[in-house]
Amino acid sequence: MSPTFSELTVGQDIGSRTVAVSRTDLVKYAGASGDFNPIHWNEAFATGVELPGVIAHGMFTMGAAVQLVTDWAGDPAAVVDFQTRFTKPVLVVDTTGTNEPGATIEVSGAIGKLDADAGTARVDLTVVSAGQKVLMKAQAVVRLS
Amino acid sequence: MTINPDLQGRSYPAAEVYDVGREKIREFARAVKATHPAHFDVEAAKALGHSDLVAPPTFAIIIAQRADAQLIEDPDAGIDFTRVVHADQRFIHHRPIFAGDRLVAELHVDGVRAMGGGAMITTRQEIFALAADDSRESVATTTSSILVRGEGQ
Repeated sequence: MSPTFSELTVGQDIGSRTVAVSRTDLVKYAGASGDFNPIHWNEAFATGVELPGVIAHGMFTMGAAVQLVTDWAGDPAAVVDFQTRFTKPVLVVDTTGTNEPGATIEVSGAIGKLDADAGTARVDLTVVSAGQKVLMKAQAVVRLS
Repeated sequence: MTINPDLQGRSYPAAEVYDVGREKIREFARAVKATHPAHFDVEAAKALGHSDLVAPPTFAIIIAQRADAQLIEDPDAGIDFTRVVHADQRFIHHRPIFAGDRLVAELHVDGVRAMGGGAMITTRQEIFALAADDSRESVATTTSSILVRGEGQ
């Protein structure tokens, strides 16, 4: 069921989602996206360029975060504009061989703005990992019927 | 390595065609942990009124980053890819991307700003779908800023 524009209010919560991330997930994202920068899969390389360790692709975090909006909207095509700033890296530790995630990303969303003329709702996402906001100004504009 | 300040205003014309395949949409959707059936099941996509599988909202990054590679791999640009950090990203969808689309991207370098020993570079990719007669339909405008870290940054 898609949300109805007239029933939405600014500040309304659209829900939350927890994303568990492993090193394997980063390798899968590298392959799917074509972004093979070794800072996302090679520890020695990452620390060699003064990073604290292997970090998730910002685009992995952005792409995983918007699923909350897609599922809420009921149609991925409804997301007409999506932007963010990447403020903190998501450090993903090596947990290969265990069932433990290498990082956890918490995503929650609320209606930030309603545009009746355009029939759009802006969803503002809060995206946190290890207690820090990793995305800022993460905003998805959704067209509703 | 020093970033070439003359990059600002430079454009790279649309190069190779990117053919959007169903399996690529499914693979990308799984990679961002998407579960919406419109990414996986053609009938589910059609039930929503779409012609074929719908790409996830950030799928265009594949085409955008291929376009960016022309700049990053340009020896004249002076960019060390290993020191690149993604600073911001935006997708404006003029229409959704569907399986079966044939996409091309024009790259525009909108800004180059020195920051410490590095630079912030803002690029824009205009993504078009090619019709059977090779006419262009505007599909998405993507913008991104990358920070090329200087030594010690």
